[in-house]
Amino acid sequence: MPKDGGIGDSTKRREDIRFLTGKGRYTDDINLRGQAYAYFLRSEVANGRINGIDAKAALAMPGVLAVLTGADFAGMGGNPAGWLINSRNGEPMKEPKRPVLAHGKVRHVGDAYAVVIAETYQQARDAAAAVEADITELPAVVDMAQALADSTNLVHDEIGTNQCFDWGWIEDNRAAVEEAFKNAPHVTTLELTNNRLVPNAMEPRASLADYDAGTGDYKLYTTSQNPHLHRLLIAAFVMGMPENKLTVIAPDVGGGFGSKIYHYGEEAAVLHAAKVLNRPVKWVAERSESFLSDAHGRDHVTKIELATTKDGQFLALRSETMANVGAYLSNFSTATPTFLHGTLMAGPYKTPLVYVNVKTVFTNTAPVDAYRGAGRPEATFSIERIIDKCARELGLDQAEIRRKNLLTPDQFPYTTPVGLVYDTGNYQATLDKMTELADLAGFEARRAESAKRGKLRGLGLSTWIEACGIAPSNLVGVLGARVGLFDAATVRVNATGNISVMTGAHSHGQGHETVFAQIVAEQLGIPATSVEIVHGDTSKIPFGMGSYGSRSLAVAGSAMTKAVDKIIAKGKKIAAHMLEASEDDIEFKDGNFSVAGTDKAKSFGEIAFSAYVPHNYPLESLEPGLEETAFYDPGNFTYPAGAYACEVEVDPDTGKVEIAAFTCADDFGNVMNPMIVNGQVHGGVGQGIGQALLENTSYDENGQLLTGSFMDYAMPRADDVPFYKVDHSCNTPCTHNPLGVKGCGEAGAIGSPPAVVNAVIDALHRGGHTHVSHINMPVSPARVWAAINSK
Amino acid sequence: MHSFELVKPKTLADAVAALADGAQALSGGQTLLPTMKQRLADPGTLVSLTGIPELQGVCQGDAGIIIGGATPHAVVAREAAKYYPGLAALAGQIGDPAVRNRGTIGGSIANNDPSACYPAAVLGSGATIVTNTREIAADDYFLGMFETALEEGEIVTAVKFPVPQKAAYAKFVQPASRFALVGAFVAQFADGVRVAITGASNNGVFRWPEAEAALSASFTPEALKGLTLPADDMIADLHGSAEYRAHLCGVMTKRAVMAAG
Ligand SMILES: Cc1cc2nc3c(=O)[nH]c(=O)nc-3n(C[C@H](O)[C@H](O)[C@H](O)COP(=O)(O)OP(=O)(O)OC[C@H]3O[C@@H](n4cnc5c(N)ncnc54)[C@H](O)[C@@H]3O)c2cc1C
Repeated sequence: MPKDGGIGDSTKRREDIRFLTGKGRYTDDINLRGQAYAYFLRSEVANGRINGIDAKAALAMPGVLAVLTGADFAGMGGNPAGWLINSRNGEPMKEPKRPVLAHGKVRHVGDAYAVVIAETYQQARDAAAAVEADITELPAVVDMAQALADSTNLVHDEIGTNQCFDWGWIEDNRAAVEEAFKNAPHVTTLELTNNRLVPNAMEPRASLADYDAGTGDYKLYTTSQNPHLHRLLIAAFVMGMPENKLTVIAPDVGGGFGSKIYHYGEEAAVLHAAKVLNRPVKWVAERSESFLSDAHGRDHVTKIELATTKDGQFLALRSETMANVGAYLSNFSTATPTFLHGTLMAGPYKTPLVYVNVKTVFTNTAPVDAYRGAGRPEATFSIERIIDKCARELGLDQAEIRRKNLLTPDQFPYTTPVGLVYDTGNYQATLDKMTELADLAGFEARRAESAKRGKLRGLGLSTWIEACGIAPSNLVGVLGARVGLFDAATVRVNATGNISVMTGAHSHGQGHETVFAQIVAEQLGIPATSVEIVHGDTSKIPFGMGSYGSRSLAVAGSAMTKAVDKIIAKGKKIAAHMLEASEDDIEFKDGNFSVAGTDKAKSFGEIAFSAYVPHNYPLESLEPGLEETAFYDPGNFTYPAGAYACEVEVDPDTGKVEIAAFTCADDFGNVMNPMIVNGQVHGGVGQGIGQALLENTSYDENGQLLTGSFMDYAMPRADDVPFYKVDHSCNTPCTHNPLGVKGCGEAGAIGSPPAVVNAVIDALHRGGHTHVSHINMPVSPARVWAAINSK
Repeated sequence: MHSFELVKPKTLADAVAALADGAQALSGGQTLLPTMKQRLADPGTLVSLTGIPELQGVCQGDAGIIIGGATPHAVVAREAAKYYPGLAALAGQIGDPAVRNRGTIGGSIANNDPSACYPAAVLGSGATIVTNTREIAADDYFLGMFETALEEGEIVTAVKFPVPQKAAYAKFVQPASRFALVGAFVAQFADGVRVAITGASNNGVFRWPEAEAALSASFTPEALKGLTLPADDMIADLHGSAEYRAHLCGVMTKRAVMAAG
């Protein structure tokens, strides 16, 4: 039994009270005296030459304070890509400059090329209509294959190609993999796309910039998942100022899913405008701007092949992918299709040989970057779909082909052929658990019942793994990362015994304020209500790398527990002095420091008090105060894994797919708050179902976004998803972090899409439509109907 | 949004007068306000119709039921149920609760969105559109996508529905907007069956004479067997091809017949 409010307790989320009662404080809730408003002018064409921008009329309009264009920012640095990836031939990737505002050329619909600042937002908008931009439309580069084939029409003229890089992983294995395919008794091949998604966080991006002319200090309130990363990018790379002149504050943030990791031009633009005007400047995106300018996710076109024996033993796996990076390289865009995708292509399987090729392609579309799961959903989808097809070709059961190839518990630690070392896992256990919970044995009866109602029922599985807890800095450094991926925490025990924890992680919906407090409370044997979590303000927190890649608990949480360990160690020293005992004899348990074998003890509160009122204190050997900071750099990635089962019902007359049941058996290592973990899984699977059945980002051949609003972009609603069965009892604790945790934030979105699509294909096959071997996501009614009738 | 004046008349006469000089009627605002927010419309003056008692409510008339032009969908869903359940059920499937509590029947049929639900009920019931100047039969009212017989400044004050023996609406939703990708309304009267299809055609809501004839002979799903519509004039977009929509017309009509019982 977990302690009330301690580790393992389903403590209700303390932050929800303020969110649900409208007391959250988001960027747009913050207003500064004298603030002006920004409205960005965005390109209406996908590719165009800017001949001139005439702002005279706009400047004369009521309330207008300034109109800034790309020329005003031409002297600033580019917004960099965080990872340098080399092509197979050793050439470094092509890295065209990404300016604050488009200058010379606009490169996608929504590309901002000017900003109007006015007394009110309406005035800025009104004036924007009077800005005369002379832009010559050029033919758009939209389709990836065409972009690679045609070197006369370029997104960036100066790089001479639309290819960013051509990456092979691991290049040295290429020949061996080819050989294995040549000799393989059976080869399964599939071409598929991983559909492009718009993240659609509930809160749109927003920034409020403030400049203090007296000190020369800038302050930016913004929607960020990682305020220090934003500060680093803006100060060191783009605006060229010392980091200590910029404070970045990410207050409450309404969801990110990756899209708020990145630095966007609007942030630097309002900071600069605040200085030019010597007034605070606010910008809040409208939903249509989010569709056009937030970094999108996924967008891969892949050919995947699996070589097996006749009885389904995996021999080799090979994939060729085109990955869209859009018009500019967003901060993680080169890592996502490579080191977050290629390194995962072994899955949880024993496949001895794997080779992955990824070509990244510039197109006249919005930048594409990491989105919940980032690369790992793409890898998992390819693997789990090809396994499904292979099993069908060989006449094998879906669970059996997986069981046959899954790594076994005795194989850990296991070095994969794509460069990762899985520390621990038990994939059979989660598969067994899922089999039981999903009642796979009863499927046939449920299918027969569905058939009576004219519905085709199908079952789809997915046994997935991911690498998260991002990331060991030395390893990612070798792989091309230009940053470290440690995290940090400061634990400040106040004089009266309550605690402030300053964490480098950022909560934008995850519930850190609750869970992190539970962990500290458990470690110190005090009530969780005595612990306050502070995050999101670079002037308050230690330098941390923020939240994404399911890293908050595994990395920032580890830093926090290390800092608490230091607090306990110092507390023992103080206690030893007060209790006149040797430090070695002091034990700390349940919030008390005691002398072993005696009843002499001091409570945690007494020790804290004495640290700040050091009257009876070893001042000659120990500093007063009780505050410790720890930085933690993980020794390895963490490897959550799980087994998912999806049952669907297909209406053969309309093609409509309904999710009848969805079961998850996950291994997240030790679970700190089961309720919050369930919520993360529900949300992730919901997003995965959205990708599988509903969400689609579509550009026409001119680069116009056809799905630019919720009228055409289908988000999953409550009635699109079933009641989930979620289990996380089959845990193998992570071996290399202090809490034994693996991370759960992305799992659902990674494991679920192939389970859904596999289930649809299964339903069609069982219903006699055996000519359908694949349907691209989203598996919409129209596509299912077309597939059924494609014979 | 551009700035605008808002007039809130209490009587129909005042509304008509206010509309005389180029102002635009505002009912539930569920279509008009989003277009104004996107700055695609700049009406200058809006005349709200929702504060006029004569345009509100559902009541029984001599030849069926009468629904005031500014009656929200939610009110129709609730109050028409006892007179005309098929119509009430259709109103209850429009949008979400917020849309149903704002959007109105007059706004819907004045707008005549090719994917809207009400036009199917109005045409499928052979209803009569009452305006401040005249009465228009449904068959003469819907003139194509977003086009109606309404004159500039003319206000839909009510819609009169004859009540059929049986009726039902079967709606297949467009996954994003949840408007009708295809919706079929069937109504069986003593003198025959009417079938109206929305969502499918480039020309907006339309009647399906072959299906009407077949169902008039036998009001059963089987009667529709073998009947198809040509894909030529059907809408083709991201959410479905013309062929798919043509196919769904048959499926949804059949399902409407089954639902009508
Ligand atoms: C999210 C969402 C989902 C929706 N889903 C559906 C759906 O599933 N099915 C469906 O059918 N509809 C749907 N709608 C449309 C909605 O139900 C309204 O019917 C529609 O927006 C118009 O009605 P309104 O009262 O809001 O009209 P308004 O927006 O106020 O006006 C629309 C137009 O009609 C004119 N007008 C308004 N009233 C009159 C009148 N009495 N006489 C003459 N002209 C008039 C206005 O001047 C304007 O040009 C949806 C809308 C939204 C926002």
